[in-house]
Amino acid sequence: MILVRKQDLLKVSQTALQHLAWRAGFGPAAADLPQIRKVKSADFRKQFLQESFKEPADLKAVDNPFAGMTLAEISKKLKDAGEEDKKELRNFHQEGIKKLNRLWIKEMISSKAQLREKMAFFWHDHFACRTGNAMHLQQYLQVIRKHALGKFPDLLMQVSKSAAMLNYLNASSNRKNQPNENFAREVMELFTVGKGNYSEEDIKEAARAFTGWNATYPGDFVFKEGQHDTGSKRIFGRAGNFTGEDVLNLLVEQKATARFLTEKIYRFFVNEVIDEKIVTSLSNEFYASGYDIGKLMQTIFSSDWFYKKENIGNRIKSPIELWVGISRQLPMEFGNQDAAMSFQRIMGQVLFNPPNVAGWPSGTAWIDSSSLMYRLQLPRILSAGTDFTVTPKADDDVQMGKAVKPAKGLTAQIRWPLFFQAFSGVENKDAGKAVSTFLLQTETAPSPVMLDKYSKLNSRESLLSSRTILLMQSPEYQLC
Amino acid sequence: MLIKRRSFIKASGLASASLLMPRFLHAFDADEKLPPGNKVLVVLQLNGGNDGLNTVIPYRNDIYYKSRPGIGISKEKAIHLTDDAGLHPSLSFLGQLFAEGELSILNNVGYPEPDRSHFRSMDIWQSASGAKEYLETGWLGRFLDEQCKDCEHSTQAIEIDDMLSLALKGKTKNGFAFKDPRKMYQAGRSPLLQDFLNAHDLEHAEHTVSYLYKTLADTKRSTAYIYEHSQQLTTGLYPNHELGRNLKTIASLILSDINTQVYYVSIGSFDTHVGQDAQQSRLFKQINEALEAFVTDLKKNHRFEDVLIMSFSEFGRRVAQNASRGTDHGSANNMFFISGGLKQKGLLNELDDLTSLKLGDLQYKVDFRRVYATVLENWLKVKAEPILGNAFEPLRFV
Repeated sequence: MILVRKQDLLKVSQTALQHLAWRAGFGPAAADLPQIRKVKSADFRKQFLQESFKEPADLKAVDNPFAGMTLAEISKKLKDAGEEDKKELRNFHQEGIKKLNRLWIKEMISSKAQLREKMAFFWHDHFACRTGNAMHLQQYLQVIRKHALGKFPDLLMQVSKSAAMLNYLNASSNRKNQPNENFAREVMELFTVGKGNYSEEDIKEAARAFTGWNATYPGDFVFKEGQHDTGSKRIFGRAGNFTGEDVLNLLVEQKATARFLTEKIYRFFVNEVIDEKIVTSLSNEFYASGYDIGKLMQTIFSSDWFYKKENIGNRIKSPIELWVGISRQLPMEFGNQDAAMSFQRIMGQVLFNPPNVAGWPSGTAWIDSSSLMYRLQLPRILSAGTDFTVTPKADDDVQMGKAVKPAKGLTAQIRWPLFFQAFSGVENKDAGKAVSTFLLQTETAPSPVMLDKYSKLNSRESLLSSRTILLMQSPEYQLC
Repeated sequence: MLIKRRSFIKASGLASASLLMPRFLHAFDADEKLPPGNKVLVVLQLNGGNDGLNTVIPYRNDIYYKSRPGIGISKEKAIHLTDDAGLHPSLSFLGQLFAEGELSILNNVGYPEPDRSHFRSMDIWQSASGAKEYLETGWLGRFLDEQCKDCEHSTQAIEIDDMLSLALKGKTKNGFAFKDPRKMYQAGRSPLLQDFLNAHDLEHAEHTVSYLYKTLADTKRSTAYIYEHSQQLTTGLYPNHELGRNLKTIASLILSDINTQVYYVSIGSFDTHVGQDAQQSRLFKQINEALEAFVTDLKKNHRFEDVLIMSFSEFGRRVAQNASRGTDHGSANNMFFISGGLKQKGLLNELDDLTSLKLGDLQYKVDFRRVYATVLENWLKVKAEPILGNAFEPLRFV
């Protein structure tokens, strides 16, 4: 006789597998549905995760326009640039950044390596930075995607040495005898040990250690020896002629770093409310493993507690999660290539444009009257072609003095046949229920009476499509 | 003469509509309404970093003209304020207000370690944080948290825009954003939303989903409430551009007895790196016309004493002009206060000091959070410290 524990049963319910897909990725794709519905396929989890551990291909939006030139030649060219050249270069970067945004969104929607892209999205929020240089951004994105599930010390080192971060946190003005503390402060407060685990003195001394770190225009890290303060520094009670690399090593030696990261990961992937016992144990393991991110994530997603009721269907999808999730569940194409960007701007979550170095807000902070109304209307706009105009907030860092324009062009061509195919094994009488189970992770759902009132029941296809658009307009669909 | 809201409703036939919506009427008991005489704040946000030095022109200062040979505004062109300072020529109505003691100007407002990114600096102004501090809530949002602990609805602070700014997002309460009250009301009336609400049992669910349903219910109630009040007749002749329409909407709400204390509206872009004069003049003309209609309207209806209009921008601009007859991002800036109830009139402090610049930028003298403290304590009559996190000494202009 085989004894099946109740927990194991929980782990292989359809909702549980979808829970994994929503948290370890951007939701279940329509094409995943037949497999998910065969609830017994417990190895869905293994399959879902394993693709993410392969090395990712670069997302390439731009080529270096100065390829083949020496640094001296590049800086002369930039210095001599006239108004037209400058405009052209600005345009090159702006278009490049938009393209990179599109490429990454596409990757989030269609990549099999869901966990890697989700994790990279997490790291983008963690190592939040903005820059107007498309080459720097492209390189930064590659770093966070490549190291997303690797060892945190490598990720930290690579991000800290990326041109995007160096410029964002004023590395070029951090020089011997006139240090700029911006990077030293943020690396401690936001990237590693967290508030309360360092002193102002540690920041001052660390800033000295980072002097000389710089980047070239095309985005290579350079160490300017002449600007580096070689003197002795005292950090976390230890003295030495520390370099920037030494400081990053000192930071990951602190157990506080493991705790800080684990807590943030738990809040993002599991529950905003911390379970102290679990987080402590995860954090200890994470530290002992030399900060193996992939291993930590595997532990989380194979645990029993991850699939407990209180961890399912209680997370408010951020705008990116909502958009990518809809696109995965309901395959669609856009006539307007800027559609995803328009949506991001309206909702206030534009990739590569976090509000500040602390990243985006989360949870209920995404919801107010207007954002909720817009979220609830979105599926109808996508499906029915009733585009309406909403003007996003001004972003003068990008507009260059121009007025902000209304966002348009969110109407999509939905690939209904692909969607219907996902339900091919479902009997007609169960079709409505199957849509609800696929779309909603919450315990509660709109009442059957209400669902029937708004669903077209004249054919299987119209039931599936009308029920889908209806449920995507429900408050429950905002959660995963 | 003030049109009483009740008689207006009867006259306009909205009474019958109200009878169909007893729930929202119930939600707004008489004690939540704002009686005339209570103070209202209108925040006017100038997006993009308005050039303060070509707004309030120090026309006796040689450094000003030396730094701006191509875009400096001459004394002859400027509107006379004092012997030392004049106003941009497109702001003639504001010049009148100044002469009548209904416009006060505070110079040199900013914060330590100024950030020159539009987004980040606006973030700092809206959240009222320090430059090294990151807050997820805005100062007016936290005002709602404090002020509105027991209110069921979110119409205490309204932004006239499609989306809500950080400034009006609190920890537990949010302001309410819309551009067109009628469109918003129609969206809120969707039978689908009503059926979602009817089908959900709010009482029992202790889940995040309840938060969403509560927000939805609140939105529905508030859209009806706002729409009804926005029908109040305004008396001014408003210019037909966005700011004109937005201020007209605000006026109609102020003239009703809605419970709103704060309105938020913005205009831009003031990011004048190239060919500054044409762009700034065009925007100032709009502001001037819109404010003229708005203030005239309020005066006619005897509400100007109760309304304070406050303008700000995320930063000022570099003192020296650039090579494209424009200016680049700077730091400190001036703020305008317009009201029939000002306690201190004219120029509230000395003009910008152009002799002690830091990397070509003005050095701020007044922290903007002192202005917020003033408005919160002296105008909205709430304690500023819990909202601003620290004690900032209030000024005395209201």
